[in-house]
Amino acid sequence: MDKEMELITKPMKVINIGIDSFLESLKIQGVEVVHVDWRPPAEGDSKLIEILDKLEFL
Amino acid sequence: MTSKKELIEAANRQAVEKMIASRPFVVDVKPAIEAVAGMKERMVCHAGPPLELDEMVPSFKHAIFGGIMWELWAKTPEEAERLIRDGKVAIEPNHHHNGIGTMAGITTPSMPVFIIEDRTHGFRSTANIREETVKALRYGCYDENVKRKLDWNRDVLGPVLSAALRECGGIDMVPLMGKAMHMGDDGHNENRAANLLFCMQLIPHILKTDFSKDVMREVATWMNTDTRFVSTAEMAVCKAITLAAHNIENCSIVTTMCRNGTYTGIRVSGLEDQWFKAPAPEVNLLFFPGYGPKDATKDCGDSCVTEVAGIGAFAMAAAPGMVQFVGGTVADAINYTKEMYEITTAKNTNWTIPYLDLQGCPIGIDIIKVVKTGLTPHINTSIGHVQPNVGQVGAGMTRAPLKCFADALEAFGKLMGA
Amino acid sequence: MMSGIVKNIVLGNRYFDSLKLMRISGKIAEVQGVKKGAVVMATDLNKQILRDVGLFTAVLEEAKPDHLVVAVSLEDESYLDPVLKFIEAELEREATRSQGVGQMNPKTLESAFEALPGANLALISVPGTYAKREALRALKQGLHVFLFSDNVSLDEEIELKQFAEKNGLLVMGPGCGTAIINGIGLAFANVLKEGPVGIVAAAGTGLQEVSSLISNAGVGISHGFGTGGRDLSDKIGGITARQALHILEKDPKTKVIVLISKPPGPHTAQKLSGTLAGMNKPVVLNFIGLSSSIEKSDNVFVTKTLEDAALRAVCLIRGEEFKERVFAKEAGNVLKIAEREYNRFDEKQQYVRGLYSGGTVCSEATLILAELLPSVTSNMPPRAELKMKDAKVSAGHALIDLGDEEFTVGRAHPMIDPFVRKQRLIQEAKDPETAVILLDMVLGYGSNEDMAGALLSTIEEAKSLRQKSGGYLSVVASVVGTFEDPQGREEQIKKLTDGGVVVMPSNAQAARMAAVIVSRGRAKIA
Repeated sequence: MDKEMELITKPMKVINIGIDSFLESLKIQGVEVVHVDWRPPAEGDSKLIEILDKLEFL
Repeated sequence: MTSKKELIEAANRQAVEKMIASRPFVVDVKPAIEAVAGMKERMVCHAGPPLELDEMVPSFKHAIFGGIMWELWAKTPEEAERLIRDGKVAIEPNHHHNGIGTMAGITTPSMPVFIIEDRTHGFRSTANIREETVKALRYGCYDENVKRKLDWNRDVLGPVLSAALRECGGIDMVPLMGKAMHMGDDGHNENRAANLLFCMQLIPHILKTDFSKDVMREVATWMNTDTRFVSTAEMAVCKAITLAAHNIENCSIVTTMCRNGTYTGIRVSGLEDQWFKAPAPEVNLLFFPGYGPKDATKDCGDSCVTEVAGIGAFAMAAAPGMVQFVGGTVADAINYTKEMYEITTAKNTNWTIPYLDLQGCPIGIDIIKVVKTGLTPHINTSIGHVQPNVGQVGAGMTRAPLKCFADALEAFGKLMGA
Repeated sequence: MMSGIVKNIVLGNRYFDSLKLMRISGKIAEVQGVKKGAVVMATDLNKQILRDVGLFTAVLEEAKPDHLVVAVSLEDESYLDPVLKFIEAELEREATRSQGVGQMNPKTLESAFEALPGANLALISVPGTYAKREALRALKQGLHVFLFSDNVSLDEEIELKQFAEKNGLLVMGPGCGTAIINGIGLAFANVLKEGPVGIVAAAGTGLQEVSSLISNAGVGISHGFGTGGRDLSDKIGGITARQALHILEKDPKTKVIVLISKPPGPHTAQKLSGTLAGMNKPVVLNFIGLSSSIEKSDNVFVTKTLEDAALRAVCLIRGEEFKERVFAKEAGNVLKIAEREYNRFDEKQQYVRGLYSGGTVCSEATLILAELLPSVTSNMPPRAELKMKDAKVSAGHALIDLGDEEFTVGRAHPMIDPFVRKQRLIQEAKDPETAVILLDMVLGYGSNEDMAGALLSTIEEAKSLRQKSGGYLSVVASVVGTFEDPQGREEQIKKLTDGGVVVMPSNAQAARMAAVIVSRGRAKIA
């Protein structure tokens, strides 16, 4: 599919979610990247996560 | 087939559209018995969610007793307490009557209240009028001074304001507060600009009334001396805005958030009148000299209705000076606002922030986003002494407790069949 | 025995990723009055570790997984406050590390997308329990996904890849450590020359070894896609591999394709054979030394080692004749070098102990050694019968993949953190039967900035230990990396050679050299 080819035809713009050391190497290589300060949803509470899952917000 | 998610998102969009379309005017000032929906002859309304007498901290309880004594239903705090326990005086939250009050938020039948009318949706809300700044009934003080000021509010301030407001046909608050924000107000703790604008608009109409020069001068002077005079009217404006968003099916937006020194409580648009309470948090305070952490109550007051409407701490980027109370920098103040975009639904184009390229304030706190991110609403606030007859001890910042939103989400989940 | 006063403090609901906490934990022991210490999230796993190392008290019983906790052993109670202050300051530093001055990072994928509306790739490295949700939301936003996280279930992987395929998006992973797209390296990746060889790899260090060899040979890489280790199993059916092959076929820059993986499942092999035969570019295959049921075809070339795969690709580009490599010319006189090593052994020394940071290269070395030596085992064996009895204690010839969960619990990956490997090196050196230590060292973005320096002090200590009891510890290594890598391949190799390490040009050659040395020249190398 043409959409697949966009992976190599469009300039890479990255959203980094998780380990921030990956951010540094991308910045050094001049990539436009945004880092998400990720935390477990609902502070890890499984009951609340289940609700968010069922409402499709996760 | 629309998914639950789509239903919720549509309901939330509808809610914020209504909030943004609200057009509250300050239209009058009247005694609470006439103006406050459901106010009774022997009733005292207070700030925050419902709570029992025995759950109140001493200064909060004393504020209620003070209101009863001012109304001359009792001569001493003990008598006042007796009346409550015997069921002769009803104690209810302001929010059960579409009203708000700051700190202890005491509203009694004879007190004059601002009356706000939303000319788009037709809702009405009220707010009590501030008395002194530091030693006041709302901080649990009741003495000759407090009595004198409350009398003056009732006998002089109220009637003058009422005549002037009726004379001018009401003050249009949305554009006023928008301009004030461009002048460095946050709408909750920084109200100087709104106060000036309000005074400038109203004072000419005061001069058109039949009151004596002395009386008019007293009132005008007081409105200027208390630089936060208009703040409670602004809170009532925010209350009216939230009324427009309440009771929308499938809506997960917070329409009430308030505290009473013991509990913080919220209500959600799609969950009718159910309260979700949690222990009120400590406030990160800058103390007045001589006071320290042991002296302060927990978070208290209906004033964070401003945050529910997207201003106050949510608009700190417009009034970065407040951040000094918690030892922060201007960058921190801007980040407080930026963070709140993560938990709200829309940007309120009525109230924009110059530092953020005139982006609208974050409006429509969504319990789903709060729980998902773990980010709770920032609140900036004053705090009073935990003991009666002392007064304000400092000002600072805090965050609403996550438990309120978590409990609300559980109930919301059940309702949505999740 | 050092016993100190053990203190536990629960710092409450604050989340920090394991790498940040590793960094801080590493510094705690340097604070005055502290014997040892750690700051961790109170997961069951971490609590067990704290029990194991004697840093656990009843205070932690009730601590929940989303609580941040401090565990320290102190010389005296009075040191508690200063160390807590130190930890808070470090936490504050770590919390703002990735923030620009006055900036604030978005807290969710959605607000990140608002901040960068043209975003087309999500690099996801959150804990496995949450990884699928983040990846699915990223796919729904129209982003390709590079999924570094592992501990993602097979069912979750299927769900992600089926959704992705339907929407023309790729999921690289789970457990994908490396990729290169248009010369940009993601996560662990080497600095590579750009050129006409495209790589698809279900094997992270495999991609790194092959791409580095091709780049160092002067030919370059167009793109290298990671697919995740399970992609070519029948359960997944090679979805990402197929998409990647498709892209490389259509990419005008790519002239030769290399595919690296564990052998595909039988159904997938059949489908893949058809796909490969129908491609109009040559495809070099490597199944880490194992056999597969891929059918022969004119444009398909199967190779036994990663090095041969790289060589074959280079030869196809240059139109040169390919010959399988045993030892390169640069290896020098292999027998002479080996002799210098094994002449100093005592009779008890008979075994190779491999301590690996890369899983694929460990696998390859295990198979190569299994063909040359008796009773070779590994903790992550490429064939079931090669399974090591006890990964914690070596017996016979043993190759250990230190990237396995068992060794990385509570620590960063061995490509970043040398601690576990250094400990194990000393342990092996103390075993009188150890003759040869076999190592890999992986350079590039994400890896330790001076692994050679970090390992050298321990290698010296180990060699000296062995010498004192009358024998000699031989250390053989290969360095996966390019001349352009930030660590500097040449400098890293020189450090090792100066320290008495025999450095070989590839993983396969290093394994063979180890076999020659340990067998005192008797092993039958091709």
